[in-house]
Amino acid sequence: MEEQEKLARFQERIDSGQKIEPKDWMPERYRKQLTRMISQHAHSEIVGMLPEGNWITRAPSLRRKVALLAKVQDEAGHGLYLYSAVETLGVTREDVINEYLEGRAKYSSIFNYPTLTWADIGAIGWLVDGAAIINQTMLARGSYGPYSRAMVRICKEESFHNRQGYEIIYTLAQGTPEQKKMAQDALNRWWQPAIQMVGPPDDNSPNSAETMRWQIKVESNDVIRQRFIDRTVPQAHAAGLTIPDDQLKFNEETGHWETGPIDWDEFWRVVKGNGPCNRKRIQDRINAEREGQWVLEAAAAYAKKQGKKQLTLTE
Amino acid sequence: MSHIKEGSHGILWEVFIQSKPGIPHKHAGNVHAHHAEEALTNARDVYTRRMEGVSIWVIPANLVTASAGEDSDAFFDPAEDKVYRHPTFYTVPEGVKYL
Repeated sequence: MEEQEKLARFQERIDSGQKIEPKDWMPERYRKQLTRMISQHAHSEIVGMLPEGNWITRAPSLRRKVALLAKVQDEAGHGLYLYSAVETLGVTREDVINEYLEGRAKYSSIFNYPTLTWADIGAIGWLVDGAAIINQTMLARGSYGPYSRAMVRICKEESFHNRQGYEIIYTLAQGTPEQKKMAQDALNRWWQPAIQMVGPPDDNSPNSAETMRWQIKVESNDVIRQRFIDRTVPQAHAAGLTIPDDQLKFNEETGHWETGPIDWDEFWRVVKGNGPCNRKRIQDRINAEREGQWVLEAAAAYAKKQGKKQLTLTE
Repeated sequence: MSHIKEGSHGILWEVFIQSKPGIPHKHAGNVHAHHAEEALTNARDVYTRRMEGVSIWVIPANLVTASAGEDSDAFFDPAEDKVYRHPTFYTVPEGVKYL
């Protein structure tokens, strides 16, 4: 079949809502875009464990500690689902991880901010996971089978993350004046990064047209951002907290919350590697790989020994 | 310099989970592991953290032979015109029961 004809048939399948599976023919650009998106997503899940892991030993109660531990373990699982999904596109997990460790791959810029107080753990679950769920629910409707199935599984698990985060923030906001201040301070620092994290505005999003034509993404960044803002503002108010935006107002006609300008210079600065923790996050991951090396070697040695044993048994 | 050596995470295993006794194992995803026991414990940690299963099968992914998606129409063609394999193909006289 001619390339053009294949492409037309591929687009037809997408438009009729069929999922594309690993062995199906796909345009090289489709494969590239997906490989980029899924590996960035996988790295984000893994690097996302670092700012939260920072607070596991200092969680204020056993209830909070087991919840945070379970959440961080979920993020590891999410990273694995996604590395598995990206491998179906013909790259190896080791390659993709090396790209990240060598600073050649991106990941969600939000994980380059530090978790300074316990309230930040609440803010991450509430805001970061909140935005992630909205984005991932959309991605679950995407055209590539393995990615969309991973998203379904992840979304199911992530709603607990969102609620545990809000519970932390809400509890602090009802506490002593110091605790309430801590909650407000966390919201002040995380609000802008959170509304930026679903990606640049539609008129400045280089990949959007292509990924939407192929229904890798089925809604635009601005649509997802607006949905996140509309859901989150009333949650902040219910906790007695103030969104740090003096131009924020509710538009009665459209039914949407409208924000003041979003700081896109800050977003690009962090994406390009100059956020508060970019270098630390990569270094921590490199150290983790190095310090975990012996586990892999031991497992490989054990497998070899078992293999020999099995050979003797079958002889 | 590469940080992780190719293959250092072991080989790829496909994971099948039985969610309740008596129903079939269903494909859940995959894991990397060096040997079967490691694959089982990894699969447990990755796919059954919320009691999603009562039994797990793992199998090295390279041992799975799959039909090709591209040729699926031709491959499944032999079954397409065999309507007589379904009970509704046969007529039953009015009033005759238990057929």
